[in-house]
Amino acid sequence: MAKIENEAAYGGAEEQNEYVINIGPQHPSTHGVLRLVVTLQGEIVKNVQPHVGYIHRGIEKMCESITYPQIIHLTDRMDYLSAHMNNEAVCLAVENALEMEIPDRIKVIRTLMSELTRIQSHQLFWATYGMDMGGQTCFFYGLRDREKILDIFEETTGGRMIVSYNCLGGVMYDLHPNFRKRVKDFIKYFRSIIHEYDAILTGNIIFRERTMGIGPLTLDDAVSFGVTGPSGRASGFSCDIRKHAPYSAYDRVIFNEVLLTEGDTYSRYLVRMEEMKESMNIIDQLIDNIPEGAHAVKMKPVIKLPEGEYYQRVETARGELGVFIISDGNKNPCRVKFRSPNLVNLGVLNHISKEFKIADLIAIAGSLDFVIPDIDR
Amino acid sequence: MIIKPIINNVSSATQPWWKVFYDFSPLVRSVDEGIRSSMTPFWADATELIIVGVLFLLFYAITGLFLVYAERKVCAFIQNRLGPNRIGPYGVFQTVADLIKLLFKELIPIKNADRFLFNMAPYIVIIVNFMVLGAIPFAKGLHAIDLNIGIFYIIAISSLNVIGAFLAGWASNNKYSLIGAMRSGAMMVSYELSLGLSLITMVILAGTMQLSEIVEAQRSGWFIFKGHIPAFIAFVVYLISGIAETNRGPFDLAEAESELAAGYHTEYSGIKFAFFYLSEFINMFIVASIAATIFFGGWMPLHIGNWDGFNRIMDIIPPFIWYLGKTFCIIYLIMLFKWTFPRLRIDQLLTLEWKYLLPVNLVNILIMALIVLLGWHF
Repeated sequence: MAKIENEAAYGGAEEQNEYVINIGPQHPSTHGVLRLVVTLQGEIVKNVQPHVGYIHRGIEKMCESITYPQIIHLTDRMDYLSAHMNNEAVCLAVENALEMEIPDRIKVIRTLMSELTRIQSHQLFWATYGMDMGGQTCFFYGLRDREKILDIFEETTGGRMIVSYNCLGGVMYDLHPNFRKRVKDFIKYFRSIIHEYDAILTGNIIFRERTMGIGPLTLDDAVSFGVTGPSGRASGFSCDIRKHAPYSAYDRVIFNEVLLTEGDTYSRYLVRMEEMKESMNIIDQLIDNIPEGAHAVKMKPVIKLPEGEYYQRVETARGELGVFIISDGNKNPCRVKFRSPNLVNLGVLNHISKEFKIADLIAIAGSLDFVIPDIDR
Repeated sequence: MIIKPIINNVSSATQPWWKVFYDFSPLVRSVDEGIRSSMTPFWADATELIIVGVLFLLFYAITGLFLVYAERKVCAFIQNRLGPNRIGPYGVFQTVADLIKLLFKELIPIKNADRFLFNMAPYIVIIVNFMVLGAIPFAKGLHAIDLNIGIFYIIAISSLNVIGAFLAGWASNNKYSLIGAMRSGAMMVSYELSLGLSLITMVILAGTMQLSEIVEAQRSGWFIFKGHIPAFIAFVVYLISGIAETNRGPFDLAEAESELAAGYHTEYSGIKFAFFYLSEFINMFIVASIAATIFFGGWMPLHIGNWDGFNRIMDIIPPFIWYLGKTFCIIYLIMLFKWTFPRLRIDQLLTLEWKYLLPVNLVNILIMALIVLLGWHF
């Protein structure tokens, strides 16, 4: 093999038997354009250095030159699998800043949509995770069921993945007349078929052997690295914003925060499987109790936030998304900062995947469930 | 001048022409005699080699293409999809179209690659396939070489496969390829052992290594029934190590897509890639057909001891249908494994071989030897 001359530039490969390999930016299992510079000794991972920025679009900077209603549509493009929650975070931040009263109907609709989004995101996680582990059939099973949620979205919002359904003071359109029936049908269908997920992956001995005890993340590390979402809860870090700082209609539903203590790859996977069931419970409680009323509060044509700093956090499918807005009283913000869960979760990758095999690195990275555009923004 | 004596020979036989499907040996013998009577021995040998070569080439291409198509349909069936359905009825010509595409694609030369080894690797894989195919009895009398050490020959030759994979990975000058090659080296060398030992178990039962005699020995019942428990264990071990030998899921670590892009053939393009791809399928065919031959009687119809009536009914189905049927049943099983299970990790793979399969195999050989000694088999 030809010697890689700039190996030292990567910062790895100090030992004699170590070599550096680039996983990404184009690689089947990085789920996007993430580049991991991995130092290997044989098959054993010695160091992982994530290089981000391949899909950096400067969303935060762009937000400074556009109005608040326009910002909402940029946030779709961050974590595209939690598009609805991202929108909601901005809406809540602006609405709270304006001290608006949001009617119950809007809150319930937002909560329903958020939970549907969470289910479809975890379905895609399951699908791609199966693929990362080499079980390609999972991909099609996961997508088969995800399509049904996307169909529901399409009917009401007009979009399938990038829904842009939220607007300041409410939601863009009223619910489609079929919405309630289709959601109920879906819940019934998905409850009857989720055992297939367990049959093909969760209960599989190879899968268990591959994931149990791999990439353990302790509670202390989870807290100090700020790992949130299902990945943090797998380590026992109670970090569910829906529980700790309820927004929208989460204060009126009963649901469990799924907490596991092992913190390994398998429990990160299990938390997501359980969260799908919890999300279905939340939808069950709300779907028959959607209050009547308008779908949006009438807003002023030009929205200006009073001078000050505003922060709103929501629980996306991947963890805590924070929106920090500094306003100088104009119709566009002075500075916007998104605390994206994926970037923070990425920080822990090197810590938990050292001394494991390269195949485990793929399993660990898959279990942290990265959406790359959210890392780079 | 060659054809005429053959036609004479076959038509002068007392049996009707379709009897040839039940026993190819008169046809093969008359072809052989026809060629030898009209040529010097050297040219006769050369002509026969060319005929066999062309037949295998045809067989290789058709089987390879069919298996690729079958795999797509099987995985589509498992994954709630339709699979190829545009080109030809039920998409049967899809793989032909793919092959044409691959034939016309550019063979990208790799910078800093070892050109000679890089170009040689796909041919080694193909040649090994052909050499093994030659030893497989396809039907009664349809057998290119009937060595008296047939099984030994197959074990020996099929282990050459690793050289192709290894050369490809090494010569590509690519770290992914190298890891893939190392994995496939470790894997094939280890699983070769289980593969060989599980076949040896059956050789003990058969008492011979000659494949035609092994098939004949199963006239009164297939070995998987005759050798009952140890034969079944040997079959399971053989199937596992056979799948590992062919680099198929769940043992497809050498070309693990999610880790190594495409493993040892990452850098290959066009028809060279197609060679690796086809050889993987032919390897699967070989593994399945050896399993069919050793455990399920090869072309031998399902016979049960002295039930003459039952045996005669079973004999109505021609032997090569039996052979292909058994082989494709096992291929279907192998495909099901691939599309159901996730992939193992390299250390788990080697643990499975050295800590579980090998001891099981060795004990199994002892049991089989005891059973044969004491005459406890059927």
